[in-house]
Amino acid sequence: MTLIKETDFGTPESKSEKMVTLTIDGKSVTVPEGTSIMRAAMEAGTEIPKLCATDSIKAFGSCRLCVIEVEGRYGTPASCTTPVAPGIAVKTQTPRLAAIRRGVMELYISDHPLDCLTCAANGDCELQDMAGAVGLRDVRYGYDGANHVFARNNGEANFDWKPKDESNPYFTYDPAKCIVCNRCVRACEEVQGTFALTISGRGFDSRVSPGMDEAFFESECVSCGACVQACPTATLTEKSVIEIGQPEHSEVTTCAYCGVGCTFKAEMRGEEVVRMVPWKDGKANHGHSCIKGRFAYGYAHHGDRILKPMVRETIDQPWREVSWDEALTFAADRMKAIQTKYGKNSVGAITSSRCSNEETYLVQKLVRAGFGNNNVDTCARVCHSPTGYGLNQAFGTSAGTQDFDSVDDADVILVIGANPTDAHPVFGSRMKKRLREGAKLIVVDPRRIDLVRSPHIEADYHLPLKPGTNVAMVTALAHVIVKEGLVNEAFVRERCDQDEFRDWAEFVSQDRNSPEALESVLGVPAADIRAAARLYATGGNAAIYYGLGVTEHAQGSTAVMGIANLAMATGNLGRRGVGVNPLRGQNNVQGSCDMGSFPHELPGYQHISGAKAREVFEKDWGVKLDSEPGLRIPNMFDTALEGQFKGLYVQGEDILQSDPDTRHVSAALANMELVIVQDLFLVETAHYAHVFLPGCSFLEKDGTFTNAERRIQRIRKVMSPKNGYGDWEITQMLANRLGMNWSYSNPSEIMDEIARLTPSFAGVSYEKLDQDGSVQWPCNDASPDGMPIMHINGFARGKGKFVITEYVATDEKVGPRFPLLLTTGRILSQYNVGAQTRRTDNSRWHEEDVLEIHPHDAEERGVRDGDWVKVQSRAGETTLRALVTERVAPGVVYTTFHHPSTQANVVTTDNSDWATNCPEYKVTAVQISVSNGPTEWQEKYRELSVSARRIATAIDAAE
Amino acid sequence: MSHNSVDKLVKMANQIATFFTAQKSGDPVAGMAEHLAKFWEPRMRAAIIEHAAHGGAGLDPFALEAVKRLPPVSVG
Ligand code: SF4
Ligand code: SF4
Ligand code: SF4
Ligand code: FES
Repeated sequence: MTLIKETDFGTPESKSEKMVTLTIDGKSVTVPEGTSIMRAAMEAGTEIPKLCATDSIKAFGSCRLCVIEVEGRYGTPASCTTPVAPGIAVKTQTPRLAAIRRGVMELYISDHPLDCLTCAANGDCELQDMAGAVGLRDVRYGYDGANHVFARNNGEANFDWKPKDESNPYFTYDPAKCIVCNRCVRACEEVQGTFALTISGRGFDSRVSPGMDEAFFESECVSCGACVQACPTATLTEKSVIEIGQPEHSEVTTCAYCGVGCTFKAEMRGEEVVRMVPWKDGKANHGHSCIKGRFAYGYAHHGDRILKPMVRETIDQPWREVSWDEALTFAADRMKAIQTKYGKNSVGAITSSRCSNEETYLVQKLVRAGFGNNNVDTCARVCHSPTGYGLNQAFGTSAGTQDFDSVDDADVILVIGANPTDAHPVFGSRMKKRLREGAKLIVVDPRRIDLVRSPHIEADYHLPLKPGTNVAMVTALAHVIVKEGLVNEAFVRERCDQDEFRDWAEFVSQDRNSPEALESVLGVPAADIRAAARLYATGGNAAIYYGLGVTEHAQGSTAVMGIANLAMATGNLGRRGVGVNPLRGQNNVQGSCDMGSFPHELPGYQHISGAKAREVFEKDWGVKLDSEPGLRIPNMFDTALEGQFKGLYVQGEDILQSDPDTRHVSAALANMELVIVQDLFLVETAHYAHVFLPGCSFLEKDGTFTNAERRIQRIRKVMSPKNGYGDWEITQMLANRLGMNWSYSNPSEIMDEIARLTPSFAGVSYEKLDQDGSVQWPCNDASPDGMPIMHINGFARGKGKFVITEYVATDEKVGPRFPLLLTTGRILSQYNVGAQTRRTDNSRWHEEDVLEIHPHDAEERGVRDGDWVKVQSRAGETTLRALVTERVAPGVVYTTFHHPSTQANVVTTDNSDWATNCPEYKVTAVQISVSNGPTEWQEKYRELSVSARRIATAIDAAE
Repeated sequence: MSHNSVDKLVKMANQIATFFTAQKSGDPVAGMAEHLAKFWEPRMRAAIIEHAAHGGAGLDPFALEAVKRLPPVSVG
């Protein structure tokens, strides 16, 4: 293993198709028009010295180190800002150029400390490299005059000097080492799109400054690290590099946080991660990342991690640390006993969207082949199951239609119920880039999310609808499209079922579905809806991006189908720049769905009732499969309360914290005789568990994740599992104690089995992934290299299906007792239930969940900013602190659910989507009042959290 | 299944009915019956079928019709 060094071409790639040929140092080079001479030289293998250029950002031309000569042209132009031209002859090294470069370097070095040996960037510093490259041997100017290097000059305070800024927990800013190359400022603007940095002052006084001379932590900075990566010196440096030293080898792996699926080089020293550097060849992230993926991996080493298996007879006992053998035998014996006593359908499992495809596949195989039923479900149930159902109905595949790159060709972007800059940050940055280039933006969201207005971005229309009215909104948009003759007739005629289209068009055309008629339901001016519909239908390539704000509703599936209707009616499918794109929450939501985690579906979305599909699996697995759908997560809980569901194996999910109506969930768990939790930490669900199997992080095992664009990517083991085993091995050991006889020795063998049994994965293998980096399913004989854009010449199901989307108000209606609507979401620095991010410095950005409330509603209730408030719904009550803000509309309150002490799900209800039982997280009728501290439930829960986590000491255990 | 959870199944069935009632093409009742067969675990189907056999209190007429079309379920 070696340290992967990626080539820096100096300037971004040109997309032109026209080629230009020139000679560089006598060698003929052909490159796309618009390429810089610097890049052309690098492609030909000649590295021109440079400091202010790097290929993630546009050329700037400030350092003058990259000068060249062009035959027949006067002067010495900068090669980073000079484009190639046909037939020119470039020289990259002449005595004149060498002299200029040495002069430039001499000036830089004369205002730079010479502490290279003790500098954190030693060995990874471009200034150092360039000094070597240009042959700098002598610096004639001393530090006697003005400089930025020393705190004191000749005993006097040096006002040009500034101390280090160490406010950010993950990186430092040391102004003494800054060469003012501007790379960080441009990275923050062009790559991240946050505009947190500026250069203040001019000439010798110019300095990099976050915001208005603030500390990094206090500024607008979102800690994505793009500036740190772009910085050629030690000025911006990861604290981990300062602590550990330079890495010596690296492996490419995939972020285990969100559905964007950024790939990283995990740069290592031995088994210690030195830093995570986003990989330029990563097709989802192209070298960018967010705070979570780049910095928040420390949870893998957190002291809270449980590394030994544990069991207990009953959940009121303390945990007992035992050997793997004892824990697995305990689990298997009890599982078998339950099935004997209560029947084979009395047990099941929950797979995780955080675990790998291979691990998920094994858990569902264990359920179907080992338990002999289909009681397997995944946490995608509670987020994107309506996407699976809805898109399958409309198009015939349960997945988004595009790759992320497609957004570069979008002219109109319609964001519904998604908050990409917080929840899918790297894609959010891509989207912002496209918006800065001029694409139009429509945001449909009850809350004024950042995208609505942020530096250099402003939504053309923000439709702040009332929570729970998405279906009415998409129908109203469709009304305008049909009534104003904006339907793409040709597309619909060729691609969609005509009868269904006519029925749908007739339905949406009804007056009761007009924006005017629905104005009071939606709370949005009809004129805005009309204008937005026109823009979507006529503005060129229009792409829809949606998230949990669409799916997590009683009519979630209907809304997804409504979105599909809009795209079909306007012909916005089957090419770049358009499409229907679900933004997935967790890293492997797509994969866990693909892998047959749903109780009614075998891997690859093959319905369990289909004899042909079943037969393929039966033959391979050597068992008979049950043809009936199993229980979904909410059904499991209901059945548990009935006393008919007694044993549950939960891999990598914290259902007690993440699922709605906590009281209901805890009562159901308490009613079970065996709960097996496999996780990194004693998560909330483990309070009710009898067996704890310590799992491991993505750094400790091999496997694959599938991101929101159906892209399958590798995770690679960079350290030995601290708990001893990869999660797939643990499932295998458990399965074997249940009589399964599995003998996978590597996850690649599991993937081979998946490929063998799942038509859409037929061409996937680890060799293929190692070779291509990633592949977007379907990957089989019909599309051997995968499919970035789907439905190009027709829909997977044949004719596109228009569905009538009748709006029905949810049962969660506001009334005198509960006059406000609570909606929930997430925040950039934290992830889902926070089990990982809370165990990193990310918590410094979000120490607790707060309740956002509009000033008007706050005033009516006497609530001031920062007050403790009680949130009450018909399901329960909890308390948290209030944040008074106009981000939310009057009548709406908002919170996140990252912290267990908040217990936000105590107030959410058991309402769910009609088709999939996906819970209605996004709408709960509540009342808010001032309170003076935690509720009784929160207090009791806190006590439970302590007592349920007790681990017997060695002495207790010996007794 | 207890009274409590039949109420829940009735509510879910009525929600499904709301969607299928609105559909025009094909046979919406069959559509709903197929949905139940494809996504409801046999115990849930058995409970709603039995409830329907006893008059189906609370079930919307459309939902009742769809439930009646479900083939009998044997719950092992
Ligand atoms: S901080 Fe680094 S990237 Fe930014 S101007 Fe200074 S040297 Fe350049
Ligand atoms: S970390 Fe990201 S947001 Fe913060 S200043 Fe650097 S580039 Fe900008
Ligand atoms: S959390 Fe998402 S956006 Fe951030 S680095 Fe990971 S995959 Fe990328
Ligand atoms: S690299 Fe070209 S001017 Fe700095």
